[in-house]
Amino acid sequence: MALVEIDTVSKNYQMGEAQVQALKNVSLSIEEAAFVSFVGPSGSGKTTMLNLIGCLDKPTEGKIVVDGKQVDNLNRKQSAVFRGSVFGFIFQAFNLFPVLTAYENVEYPLVMMKNEPVSNRKEKVLEVLEAVGMFQQKNKRPDQLSGGQKQRVAVARALVTRPKLVLADEPTANLDRKTAVNVIRLMRDMRDKLNTTFIFSTHDPGIMQEAEIMHTLEDGRLIHSNQRSTSVREGK
Amino acid sequence: MIRIFKIALRNLMRYKRRTLLTALLITLGVLMVILFSGLSGSFKAMMIGQITDANLSQIQIHKKGYVSSMDAIPLNLNLDHKGYAKIENVLNSHPAVDAWAPRIKLGAMLSNYAETTNIRLNAIDPEKEIKVCPAVGDRMTFGNKGSREKLIEPGEIIIPDKLAKGMKIRLGDTMVLVANNKDGSVNGLNFTVAGITETVIGPQGKEGYMHIKDARVLLRMEEPEITEVAVRLKNFDMLAPVYEDLKSALAKFKNKKEKPAFEIHTWEKLSPFYNIARMIDLMSVSMKLIMVSIVLISILNVMLMSVYERVREIGTMAAIGTTPGKIMALFLTEGAILGLISIAAGNIIGLSGIFLLNIYKIRFSFGRSENLLLTPSISFAELFWLSIIVLLVSIFASLQPAYKASKMEPVDALGHV
Repeated sequence: MALVEIDTVSKNYQMGEAQVQALKNVSLSIEEAAFVSFVGPSGSGKTTMLNLIGCLDKPTEGKIVVDGKQVDNLNRKQSAVFRGSVFGFIFQAFNLFPVLTAYENVEYPLVMMKNEPVSNRKEKVLEVLEAVGMFQQKNKRPDQLSGGQKQRVAVARALVTRPKLVLADEPTANLDRKTAVNVIRLMRDMRDKLNTTFIFSTHDPGIMQEAEIMHTLEDGRLIHSNQRSTSVREGK
Repeated sequence: MIRIFKIALRNLMRYKRRTLLTALLITLGVLMVILFSGLSGSFKAMMIGQITDANLSQIQIHKKGYVSSMDAIPLNLNLDHKGYAKIENVLNSHPAVDAWAPRIKLGAMLSNYAETTNIRLNAIDPEKEIKVCPAVGDRMTFGNKGSREKLIEPGEIIIPDKLAKGMKIRLGDTMVLVANNKDGSVNGLNFTVAGITETVIGPQGKEGYMHIKDARVLLRMEEPEITEVAVRLKNFDMLAPVYEDLKSALAKFKNKKEKPAFEIHTWEKLSPFYNIARMIDLMSVSMKLIMVSIVLISILNVMLMSVYERVREIGTMAAIGTTPGKIMALFLTEGAILGLISIAAGNIIGLSGIFLLNIYKIRFSFGRSENLLLTPSISFAELFWLSIIVLLVSIFASLQPAYKASKMEPVDALGHV
């Protein structure tokens, strides 16, 4: 059974008088431990697709099942709890909490969602910070870190709860090419280590090549899906 | 919870200047209330002490109907010895009563053989009176003798200061008192001026003093009578419940018309200062309302700004699985911490202020009373409730912004620019 199943999903937005169809009858499935990208130009529906999978938004039509649970009919609290237990999120603007250190940012989901003992929390946080190469900077606040370092902390925060699925919306858009490639490769390494499914969106041709499965969206339609896992794994 | 507290505290520290200004404003409100309560409470307590301990007493018991016509000093509304005995029994059996004293109130003509004037007199049993009004001697001058343990002896009179000044009466002078008794017959007696008494606020504050035995002779009482019984309690704070107890105990005694034989009043009913005390209480409540408004508006303003500035952050919290309840708790905690910081600062500065006011003593005049010393103080209970009110108002003011934050749709909040 696939980790994510999207069945004829459409999403409409009301913008003033006009109705905009962001996604049109999209159906696809994503397997566990996949490294998937949604690509396409701006306005193609990439962010909407990630928002729907991540239970941040609800489809107008269609059905979405994540980890065996239909998620398009959850209420606010159920969605929040489900997001906390199944997903990790990485954002284009990093979205780290400015008042917390790197360590505390990574620790935040464990504190807010999972009532774990402090010793367990510490072990998990340090382990994931080590894995993303941010152990030395653990006591720095976001304003003391570079863009690439911030995104590494964001990756660590997304992974600390051991989610089944990490959703990253344009995670490299605010980074230079070299740092962007490094972050994507870090994400893929983490997938390899933890078997976590990664889904990210990008419109950068250099970055989209790093994905094993690439779904191309255009005007809200899924126009192409391409699997290139072997070559990518070999090329890393 | 500790983590939420820590994050909330750091969020407040993120905008140091704003937090500081808001906390300062609330602190000022708390400080104002503490100082006002301390000063007004002290003033009120001192004035009530002056009135009850120096002249009026805390409670007075009369024959029914006396108080409404007390300006005329009606001798026909005196209590006979049987009535007094009944009152004594009631007072004797109440454990909260500390002491009581009988008094005869009378009006007379005072003459120094050259001039004659009216005088209101309070005829007292000095030993009992001093137990009921321990400060009664404090406002009296006894010439070279200074203050006396026994206020007055038979054959002596104590004259109000204004009257003594007007008639040029000196200590040791001989005066004549002429009075009508309740049957209308006139009697006169000679007295020596033993003391001069200062005037105090209230209707009984301009009275002279004489010995109760002399009053009985002057008024030709065949059997002992008294006008009122002045009562002192062991604990003044118990005034209201003890008054109710005594009132119900006295209500059992009926006159020949089967109506209550006695009436009982606290100082509040007998002194005009009670209205001033009520005004002070009203002002104190007004000050607290102003403080509550300051807290409410300041915190509501800061928390609303905080929510609007952190929309994306709220979206991130929600996206990574923070439930609406926890988001709400975070913002409520921020408001509560702001209140707590202000409470702590306000209490420390306020108590320091009260301490300083007690070191650098404040003296003032009120009415004809001069050189009164204020000793401001605030009770722990008042401080506690003041702090609780500020804390609750802080949380209440944060409710709407916190609710707004918790209701934000993560997808909208994340897309906020």
